[in-house]
Amino acid sequence: MNIIEVKNLTKEFDGFKAVDNISFDVEEGEIFGLLGPNGAGKTTTIKMLTTLLTPTSGEGRVCGFDILKERDKVRNSIGIVFQEPALDNRLTGRENLDFHARLYELDKKTRQKRIEEVLEMVELKDKADIIVRDYSGGMQRRLEIARGLMHYPKVLFLDEPTLGLDAQTRRHIWDYILKLNQREKITIILTTHYMEEADYLCRRMAIIDFGRIVALDTPENLKNILGGDVISVEVEPAEKAFSAFQKIPWAKKVTQHNGVIDLNCEQGEKKIPLLMKIDQKELGFEIKSISLRKPTLEDVFLHFTGKTIREAEASNNEKNKKRMRRRVRK
Amino acid sequence: MNSNNLQTIYVMWLREMKRFFRAKSRVIGTLAMPFFFLFTMGFGFNSGFSLPGISSNINYIDYLVPGIIGMTMLFTSMSAGISVLWDKEFGFLKEIMVAPVSRVAIVLGRIAGGVTTALIQGILILILSLFMGFKITNPLSILLGVVFMILIGIGFIGFGVAIASIMEDTQGFSLIMQFIIFPIFLLSGTFFPITNFPNWLRPFSYIDPLTYGIDGLRGSLIGFSQFSLVLDLTVLVIFSLAMVVLGAWFFNKTEV
Ligand SMILES: Nc1ncnc2c1ncn2[C@@H]1O[C@H](COP(=O)(O)OP(=O)(O)OP(=O)(O)O)[C@@H](O)[C@H]1O
Ligand SMILES: [Mg+2]
Repeated sequence: MNIIEVKNLTKEFDGFKAVDNISFDVEEGEIFGLLGPNGAGKTTTIKMLTTLLTPTSGEGRVCGFDILKERDKVRNSIGIVFQEPALDNRLTGRENLDFHARLYELDKKTRQKRIEEVLEMVELKDKADIIVRDYSGGMQRRLEIARGLMHYPKVLFLDEPTLGLDAQTRRHIWDYILKLNQREKITIILTTHYMEEADYLCRRMAIIDFGRIVALDTPENLKNILGGDVISVEVEPAEKAFSAFQKIPWAKKVTQHNGVIDLNCEQGEKKIPLLMKIDQKELGFEIKSISLRKPTLEDVFLHFTGKTIREAEASNNEKNKKRMRRRVRK
Repeated sequence: MNSNNLQTIYVMWLREMKRFFRAKSRVIGTLAMPFFFLFTMGFGFNSGFSLPGISSNINYIDYLVPGIIGMTMLFTSMSAGISVLWDKEFGFLKEIMVAPVSRVAIVLGRIAGGVTTALIQGILILILSLFMGFKITNPLSILLGVVFMILIGIGFIGFGVAIASIMEDTQGFSLIMQFIIFPIFLLSGTFFPITNFPNWLRPFSYIDPLTYGIDGLRGSLIGFSQFSLVLDLTVLVIFSLAMVVLGAWFFNKTEV
C-alpha cells in the first residue's frame, strides 16, 4: 500500500520553480530517501507534504489524507524533524517533549509513559532535565527525533537528520532510524545530500536536481544501471590492449582514457584473474596495474546529472547567490 | 470552544509561564525602564509643584503611577506579542505550526500567557509605587484597574502578534520600537495631560488606544480622568477585540 502519493507537485517562488512537477509514491513501512544537492528542492517538497507550504499546483496524499483539504488529519498522522533546529531552547528536554505531547492531546498516563520511552530510545534519559540551550548539536538532534515520535506517527519526515554532525554521531542516528523503522514500524522519508547515508538507510530513493526527480529506484538497481563494477587497467601500449579487450565477452563496455582502460562488468573481483590469464606477450602489451571499483551513488549521481554532487552544490550555490542579489536589488 | 482548543490555549500559556519564571534577568530588564521613570519623574515633580491641566489637589506621583503602569503594560504586552518573531527566528514556530491544532487557539494561548506575565509586572510596579507614596483611595478600585490592565494587555499582544506575523525576521525590530511603540507611549498622556499638547498633535493622542487605557487606569485608581470610564472601557474593549481578530488573521497566514 502507498502511504504517500505525490502527483505533479510544483512549488514556485516568484516565478522560480523550486519543485518542478514531481511525482512519486512511498510504500508503507519503507525508508524512502530524497537525495540531492543544496537548493534541489528537498525541503520545499517536505514542507508541502507536511502542510507547511501550499503547493502552486499538483496534489499529494499522506496516509490517505489530502495535504490541502485535510491538513489537520495529515498533521495528526505525521512526525517531523526539520532541517533547522526547532526546539524551545529555554525549556528542558523533558519540557519540550511534554509541550509536544500536550499539543497532540496525549492523556496524562500515555504522556508520561511515552516520554520515558522515547528518551530511552535516543539515550537522553540522564540529560532530560537540562535546559536545551546546554545540549550539544547531536543531543538536540536526538531530542528532536524523540519528539517527532511522541505521538505515535505513522510517517516520520526527517529533513537532513545528520547535517553538520560528526561521523560517530551520524552512525548513531542511523542506527536509531533503522531501529525505529523496524521496531515501531514507522514509514520514514528522509532527505540528505550524503551519498553514504542514502545508501545505508534507504530501501528506495529518488535523486532530485533542480526541483526534478531524475531517477528513482533502490540503491542497488540505480548502481546496476551503470553496468556493474569498473575494472581499471593501466597498460602499455594502450592501443594494442584496447583492441584486445574489446573482444572480451564479459566486458559490457570498454573505454580508454590516458593509458587507462575501463572495463564495465559484473562481479569484477572474479574477472581480474581472467584478465591475468590473457597472454600479454603474444598480444604485445604489458599490464602495469589493475584496480577494481564498485559503483557508488556518487557515480549514479554523476550519470544522471552530468556532475558530481559537490559540483552541483557549488553551481547551485552560485545560482542562489545570484537570485538573492537580484531579490535585494528589487 | 471545544476542549481541544482549551488544551491548546493552556499549553501555550504553560510554556509562557515556564519561560517567564526562568528568565528573571529579562523581567528585571523590562521593569527597569518604567521603574526609573517612576523614580526620577516621581521625585522630580513632586515637591508641591503642579502641572498645568492637573487639579492642584492631586499629587503628581498619584497622577504619574497609572501612566507608568499603562506604559509597563504596553511594553511587556508588545514584547509578548512580538515573541512570535523570536519563535520564527529560533525555528520553534515550525513545531507549533505543524501541530494539528487551531491557529486561533494558538494566538489566544499566547495572549493568555502574555497577559498573565504583563499583569504580574504591572502589579509589581503598582506595589513598588506604594513605597514611593502612591495612595489608592479605594482598595476595590484595584479590581477595576486590573480590568483595564488586562484589556490593554490583550489589545497590544494581539497587535504585536499581527506585526510579528507580517515581519520575516528580527531585522525591522528596532524600527518598530522607534516608530510604533514609542509614539504610542509618548502620545498617551503618561506624564502629563494630553490637553497640554498643541491642537495639531492632540488628534494623534485621541487615536492612540493607550490614551484611553491610561485614562481608565487613572479613573479607577485615583478617581481622576479626562473621559468617562464608560468611554474608556468601550474604546478598549473594541480595540482589544479588533486586535485579537487582526493578530489571529495575520498569524493564520504566516508561512514558516
Ligand atoms: N521561501 C522561499 N522564497 C524564495 N525562494 C525559496 C524559498 N524557499 C526556498 N527557496 C528556493 O527554492 C530552492 C529549493 O530550496 P530547498 O530549501 O527546498 O532546497 P533543499 O534541497 O532543501 O536544499 P538544502 O540541501 O540546502 O537544504 C532554492 O533555490 C531556494 O533558494
Ligand atoms: Mg533543505
